[in-house]
Amino acid sequence: MSSVKIKLKEADIKKIQEICSAFNNASGELINVLHKCQEHFGYLPAEIQEVVAYELNISTAKVYGVVTFYSFFTMTPKGRFPISICTGTACYVRGAEKVLDEFKKGLKMEVGETSKDGKFSLSCLRCVGACGLAPVVLIGDKTYGRVSPEEVAEILKKYEEKE
Amino acid sequence: MAKVNISIDGRPLQVEAGTTVLKAARDQGITIPTLCYMQLEDLCIEHNPGGCRLCTVEVEGRNNLAPSCVTKVWEGMSIKTHTPRVINARKTVMELILSDHPFDCLVCAKNGTCDLQKMAQDLGIREIHYKGEQSTYKEDYSPSIIRDMDKCIMCRRCETMCNDVQTCGVLSGIYRGFDAVVAPAYEQDLEKSPCTYCGQCVAVCPTGALTEVDHTNKVVRALADPKKTVVVQTAPAVRAALGEEFGMEPGTLVTGKMVSALRRLGFDQVFDTDFAADLTIMEEGTELLGRLTKFLKDDKSVKLPILTSCCPAWVQFFEHNFPEMKDIPSTAKSPQQMFGAIAKTYLADKIQVKRENLVVVSVMPCLSKKYEAQRDEFKVDGNPDVDYSISTRELAHLIKQSIGDLKNLPDEDFDRPMGESTGAGVIFGVTGGVIEAAVRTAYEIHTGKDLPKVDFDELRGFDGVRSATIDFDGLPINIGIAHGLGNARKLLEEIKRGESHYHAIEIMACPGGCIGGGGQPLHHGDSSIIKKRAEAIYKEDKGKAIRKSHMNPEIIKLYEDFLGEPMSEKAHHLLHTSYFDKKKSTFIES
Repeated sequence: MSSVKIKLKEADIKKIQEICSAFNNASGELINVLHKCQEHFGYLPAEIQEVVAYELNISTAKVYGVVTFYSFFTMTPKGRFPISICTGTACYVRGAEKVLDEFKKGLKMEVGETSKDGKFSLSCLRCVGACGLAPVVLIGDKTYGRVSPEEVAEILKKYEEKE
Repeated sequence: MAKVNISIDGRPLQVEAGTTVLKAARDQGITIPTLCYMQLEDLCIEHNPGGCRLCTVEVEGRNNLAPSCVTKVWEGMSIKTHTPRVINARKTVMELILSDHPFDCLVCAKNGTCDLQKMAQDLGIREIHYKGEQSTYKEDYSPSIIRDMDKCIMCRRCETMCNDVQTCGVLSGIYRGFDAVVAPAYEQDLEKSPCTYCGQCVAVCPTGALTEVDHTNKVVRALADPKKTVVVQTAPAVRAALGEEFGMEPGTLVTGKMVSALRRLGFDQVFDTDFAADLTIMEEGTELLGRLTKFLKDDKSVKLPILTSCCPAWVQFFEHNFPEMKDIPSTAKSPQQMFGAIAKTYLADKIQVKRENLVVVSVMPCLSKKYEAQRDEFKVDGNPDVDYSISTRELAHLIKQSIGDLKNLPDEDFDRPMGESTGAGVIFGVTGGVIEAAVRTAYEIHTGKDLPKVDFDELRGFDGVRSATIDFDGLPINIGIAHGLGNARKLLEEIKRGESHYHAIEIMACPGGCIGGGGQPLHHGDSSIIKKRAEAIYKEDKGKAIRKSHMNPEIIKLYEDFLGEPMSEKAHHLLHTSYFDKKKSTFIES
């Protein structure tokens, strides 16, 4: 589990309540609610899960079960530039692992981690539906196609200069 | 309902449409092995996640094997339950499960009672062809339950009990694939969760993943300590189930043999929790009548219904889930704790033993009692009223390790004074029993008349929520009964909405009451065992010379010599308690 502990502000709790009520506080909408919450907060710490559980009238254990089941959900805050490497079948056979290794080396980070300055986070995902561009790397909203391991340092450099 | 024609292993038969293949087969006496599947028919509990794949069968015209627990029959279906392909598949499944299971069966708490072990034996597994990584998790020790998830096979029965039956919502399947495991939220320890320690998860766990905290060694050490005087109390439900651990038929009463065994184990005095149950009725019944009288006089400060408070898991449940109602339950302590409080004052004085040298052991059908015994409010200067609480299963182990068998022991009687009890005390062990015992006494005290009939059949049975109106000589008393915490929740929600018409409600956390407790011999999915235990309890009640708590001569003497009267200041101090608001979020401070 995440060791990150935060204290929710009243406005944060209100936001979660808004999201839940937009889905009629229906327990069957748990995944949608979590999606929206992660979209807003960037991640799903235990504190947020507790409010969601309360609002949807389900147990926190159940919410935690769903959060840990889907790799999309995360309990650690993402970096300002979240880097996702597609390791789906097409990208994998076209060398995604080597690309990933370069990112790990360049950032000195493992998959699932966020850099100390909060700038980068590194994750893997399975297929973004752009197999023609394999291997694919997403940084924030931007998509990089046909990425070779040699290009990685160059890509990272661009972002290191950004704030 | 419409019938369909099917055949199982070449035998044609007609079954109801919509039936599963497993049920159709079992109704015909055809065995299909299952591991994750669980049906407690008499308690209306079914669990069929279709997860383990041990119940696969071959269906003509279907390419892959079908899991029989979730496959429904259809017209003309032809099923084969034990072809080489089926047997081979089951063995493969079993080997794969075992390839991620520790091989420490000989030193496992479930050795001999493990469903997984039995299945491996039945299938004749002699070799594991698959070698790979084994999942490991941190062990979790709570006051009552130990979680060792290395032994979890993801049958998820515990989840069904915790979430659907008990509605405690403590456990959930987390992560996926190889990492998947059942755990409380954020993988915290049970102690930090809203767990009530009812132990129903332990009662249905097919392996040693969930077991009770074992206090038998501590008891053995206390018994061997010459400085200590060790007394024991036995709960009503224990005598109706202990025999099962020694191969006796379910429902065999072993009261006398149990007393005999305890004496041979070296307990200085063998007493009965039934005595304390009678005492509970004196206090709780008086409290009920007190509240009722005020209520009838339109006193708005009085809250009704009054809820029973003898079940520690139930107490935990409302402290966690309904703390705003914590002034409704009776303040009377549970019989276990009343016994402890009286033993370490009245009895200690009588037998001239200092409190710190008197060890009180309780034998309970319950795991939550372990937790209850160590609650701070039940200690005096750090010394608990009840030192060790052991389960029925633990007592069986003690007997097996020290004196061998139970069957050939002579029948002996409890010691006095705290071994004297009535039939009302005995029926505490079954759902509806506490309130029936309370009615027997409250009726006579309120009306001043003798009860025409002691048995209240309208309060008995196994429906999850029951209600009855008892005529208190012109005054109709509405009584509610719930067993299983999910059913209790329904009655509590009613009270919360202001829709409850009950004057008194009895709640027991475990399905069936204490006879179905988490510390009882394992029923392995056969809920008829629980019914047989209930019959045994009612039989013991019928056989008692005295069947009303207020007629117990030792209870009368206890009030005369020591307590004064029910609800007196002394009684209040020793026999009553208060409850706490535990509904704090783990992370959000409100």
